[in-house]
Amino acid sequence: MSDTKQIARRSGFSLMASLVLLGCGGAGGGDGAGANAVTSLTGAGATFPYPIYSKWFDAYARETGVEVNYQSIGSGGGVRQFTAETVDFGATDGPMTDEEIAGVQGNVVHLPTVLGAVVLTYNLPSLGDHPLRLDAATIADIFLGRITKWNDPRLVALNPGTDLPNQDLIVVHRSDGSGTTFVFVDYLAKVSTDWQEQVGVGKSVNWPVGLGGKGNEGVTQQVSQLDGTIGYVELVYAVSNSLRVAEVQNAAGQFVTPSLEAVTAAAAGVSMGPDTDFRVSITNATGEASYPIASYTWLLVHADNPDVSKAQAIQSFLRWILTPEAQAMATDLGYAPLPESVATLARTRIASLLGGGQALK
Amino acid sequence: MNEPESNVAPPKGEPHGFQDLSGTNVGDIVFKTVLILGALLIPVLLGFLVWELVDGSRLAIQEYGLGFLTSSTWDPVAEEFGALPLIFGTLLSSLLALLIAVPLSLGVAVFLTEFAPARIRSPIAFLLELLAAIPSVVYGLWGIFVLIPFLRATIFPFLQGTLGFLPFFSGPIYGPSMLAAAVILAIMVMPYIMSVSREVLLAVPASQREAAIALGATRWEAVTTAVIPSARSGIIGAIILGLGRALGETMAVTMVIGNTHELAASLFAPGYTMAAVVANEFTEASTDIHFAALTYVALALFVVTLAVNAFARLLVWRVTQKASGSGGGR
Repeated sequence: MSDTKQIARRSGFSLMASLVLLGCGGAGGGDGAGANAVTSLTGAGATFPYPIYSKWFDAYARETGVEVNYQSIGSGGGVRQFTAETVDFGATDGPMTDEEIAGVQGNVVHLPTVLGAVVLTYNLPSLGDHPLRLDAATIADIFLGRITKWNDPRLVALNPGTDLPNQDLIVVHRSDGSGTTFVFVDYLAKVSTDWQEQVGVGKSVNWPVGLGGKGNEGVTQQVSQLDGTIGYVELVYAVSNSLRVAEVQNAAGQFVTPSLEAVTAAAAGVSMGPDTDFRVSITNATGEASYPIASYTWLLVHADNPDVSKAQAIQSFLRWILTPEAQAMATDLGYAPLPESVATLARTRIASLLGGGQALK
Repeated sequence: MNEPESNVAPPKGEPHGFQDLSGTNVGDIVFKTVLILGALLIPVLLGFLVWELVDGSRLAIQEYGLGFLTSSTWDPVAEEFGALPLIFGTLLSSLLALLIAVPLSLGVAVFLTEFAPARIRSPIAFLLELLAAIPSVVYGLWGIFVLIPFLRATIFPFLQGTLGFLPFFSGPIYGPSMLAAAVILAIMVMPYIMSVSREVLLAVPASQREAAIALGATRWEAVTTAVIPSARSGIIGAIILGLGRALGETMAVTMVIGNTHELAASLFAPGYTMAAVVANEFTEASTDIHFAALTYVALALFVVTLAVNAFARLLVWRVTQKASGSGGGR
């Protein structure tokens, strides 16, 4: 008995020791890389684009030898770390607010990288293969808790020829703060003044009804296990898990199935001027083919980086992201690429980034 | 002459030599210093932790004061925060978990020390202790995929059918709920309570049992009158350990509790806990006041845990007092 305890203790210690060693190794490596500005960049932020970012960083390191360390700690953390200057660039799904920008003396540029979309997924076996059709006002009232039955006259009117049951409608939303939530409630606030007044827009909100699931997987599980549920998840996640998704009526009155093309179309439907700061919401976009619940995701970089060599490294990296090859990688992973007009504007902005107050070569 | 002298010298020198050893031996001084530093490190760390929590939540403390603990709105957009449903959820889920886990794990511990055939004791104890090594996210996933569907299909309808007249078992059944969280927590704290109580029961001298049996007690009577009373303080300690684990558990709970800021009497209704809200919202808390409110929740959790532990210590202390009092009487 005491022998086994002894062994357990010893192995516990050696485990701890090796963890500590690992920790030191990791930290040491990070520091060493950080000191050498030209061969490595660090970034932190949004989790939604993490799969494509890590693919980009990997490919970029192979092509140029510049390592990019990215921690997907969440958009809020990305903005925080960027503001605290602990990273070279940040990443966020929701643009920085004016106050936050004032917090960095306006020395920030939002650069869109790819597009994401939020889809409504539901579990209603009696609907069969008919996709559920929803319009903006109905979605808002469902999530406000005003439509509580599947055979509500408004749902029936939107879905003629289907057999909607007299069954409770159960809402599922994200419980963790999330860019996905931000995009979804941004849409709801645009289409419903009641939502704007009662709930508002944020990465976490005070939901009037529903169950909270942690992450896309948490929402999906609750929806798939419980009849009569409706929830929202990222398009990428819905596609890779073949979830049943609703068609949503866009601002032009068309019912649109969420797809990469429909998302890129939404982005193209919101025009930006040459002096744009890219902090543009593309929810409820105009255009016949636009899917209305979509958004950019952004990288945050300094407009004028005092460290010239770092500014240059970031500039070439950003240029690379907007090449057709890199954007094609995004499509492969299920992210919608930027429309050409926006990519052109972004390239122009990247070219005018400053380092140490001077134009970069 | 030399020999007697050398015989006399050690007794004279020994106490002196001992004192020299403890005072001047370099190895001892280093060892002692290291130990003192190690011992000091823990209170210092704790101090830093508290300071960091208080400092981080200062904004929220100024804004909401103690009303934070009794308000139940949680609206990050309107910047209104209240932690009552969280405190309620944390305490209720942990207490329910203990209600389920304590009888089970005590039963197992007694069975393994007193009744089980010697051959199966170690394997079963080993397997139960393995439960403690499973990461909580795995418990959470298991909860989502296995436990919740099972509870929703069988246990919950049964409870509602038989005890539905009680407010605790009324209302719609979704699956993710306070009760599901309590069941997951119970499974997670069981190995701790079981394993510690088993050690404590093993430490009860065999003479206690033998004496009881010699007086004509059955094995059951020997266990309840002789073994468990002398292990009582240790068993309470084991329960406290389990409670501490339950109060702080985050990942598995947030995956099955439904994450809703509501005070509901029904155990089938979704709830929320303090640890879960911090884990859920911390990464995306972009405004300062939201950040401060979450830190305030963490501070409240710290205080609640401290209070529960202090109360438990008091309980252990009183039980030991009583036990030693009655021991003296005998």
